[in-house]
Amino acid sequence: MSDETLKKTPLYDAHVAAGARMVPFAGYEMPVQYKDGVLKEHLWTRESAGLFDVSHMGQARLRGVSPLSAFEDVVPGDFIGLPAGRQKYSVLLNRKGGIIDDLMASRPDDDGLFVIVNGACKDGDFAFMNDELAPQVTIDRLEDRALLALQGPKAVAVLKAHIPECADKVFMDSWATTGFGVDVLISRSGYTGEDGYEISVPGHAAERIWNTLLEDERVRPIGLGARDSLRLEAGLPLYGHDVDETVSPVEAALTFAVSKKRRDAQDFPGAARIVKELAEGPSRVRVGLKVLGGPPAREGAEIADTNGKVVGIVTSGGFAPSLGAPIAMGFVPSALSAVGTKLNVIVRGRAGAAEVVAMPFVPNRYVRKV
Amino acid sequence: MRFTKDHEWVALDGDIATVGITAYAAEQLGDVVFVEVPDVGKTLTQGDGMAVVESVKAASDVYAPVSGEVVEANGELGDAPETVNAVPEAGGWFAKIKVSDPSQVDALMDRAAYEAFLATL
Repeated sequence: MSDETLKKTPLYDAHVAAGARMVPFAGYEMPVQYKDGVLKEHLWTRESAGLFDVSHMGQARLRGVSPLSAFEDVVPGDFIGLPAGRQKYSVLLNRKGGIIDDLMASRPDDDGLFVIVNGACKDGDFAFMNDELAPQVTIDRLEDRALLALQGPKAVAVLKAHIPECADKVFMDSWATTGFGVDVLISRSGYTGEDGYEISVPGHAAERIWNTLLEDERVRPIGLGARDSLRLEAGLPLYGHDVDETVSPVEAALTFAVSKKRRDAQDFPGAARIVKELAEGPSRVRVGLKVLGGPPAREGAEIADTNGKVVGIVTSGGFAPSLGAPIAMGFVPSALSAVGTKLNVIVRGRAGAAEVVAMPFVPNRYVRKV
Repeated sequence: MRFTKDHEWVALDGDIATVGITAYAAEQLGDVVFVEVPDVGKTLTQGDGMAVVESVKAASDVYAPVSGEVVEANGELGDAPETVNAVPEAGGWFAKIKVSDPSQVDALMDRAAYEAFLATL
């Protein structure tokens, strides 16, 4: 994609002014890092609070006669009973049970369903939802809104000064409120494994809110580089890398997104495959790998068994700043997926020892009760 | 000290060239978390992949700025890869190469030429 076609978020000027290194990502010019660099930004988020611009992500309202019920036609989770004020993670499925995208869907208020999808997939996702769900449901894209994420153990203390009730919410709560003088759609969630918030704001107010949050010395801007290493440590898959249209939720180790009720009813796209994989085990499954010394194993590195036979592939990997060691995630046959299984990762032609470990690699710190 | 367009530096002492990556390269890479230095005894041709330097985000090749035989590698980078960021053009050296053709060194950029080159990037 040439630079001329890249879009800018409302925070572009703020990023450049802060010394960000801008790179193409999901069709946007996005900050991959600021002056501190990936390592310090990562560690700052784990110890204090990091502020991320994720305005490239797709935001939409699903409105209609019964949008929650209709939404169940494209995902394997329970949404009919989703209470106002709650958010759920889910996956859009194709008819073969492959994942079109992963997403957050919530009811911040009584105005239908509020959906946030990945930036690189958003046009396709919303077109797909429209094809599947219209005319019963309309997909109203919220392209005039920006999305900020404030993540880290001090996020709550920082945000409380602006949105006092945020301290009373728990992980995966979602609500609509007035904050910073504008209407805000907010959830207590994120993509780092830390406590924190994702805050949808009108685009025209984004830069002012961004700067207001950064006036707090506990908050620093964090680029996409650290966002990636943080989510990797949190064991969270990245769409287009760890998950794609060939991968089922069972293979992706996202079985929690397939509800018991829907499993029994088998009433979602690709149900036959997914129910079979749940019963018999998938042929391959996403696992976490700790690389025991040597270089990081990155996306595309082969995974071999201890006899040297190639059995899988790394889909995300790198150096985990919080652990001071390389970690990876990738796909292996179910028979080799148990925690403690010894494997090798092949980096630049050399086999390095690795071991299947439980994810998250770094314990998450979601606030589940207050 | 001489420099390449791939941002390696060379300091020649007799026929032994100490090589590393420049301060500019180290800054661009960000925090170095892993370095793979060449094996002692390895024969390199100018432009060969000589070492690998990894940041949190990515792995980057380091190319041999001159031809010759590796006579020493900086083993300290194994335990302290951050040395590459701290002192890239001194303690963060990667290898010492017994050069087979010293004229290759003369043909590289001097500091003024390298800085002029950086200004074009």
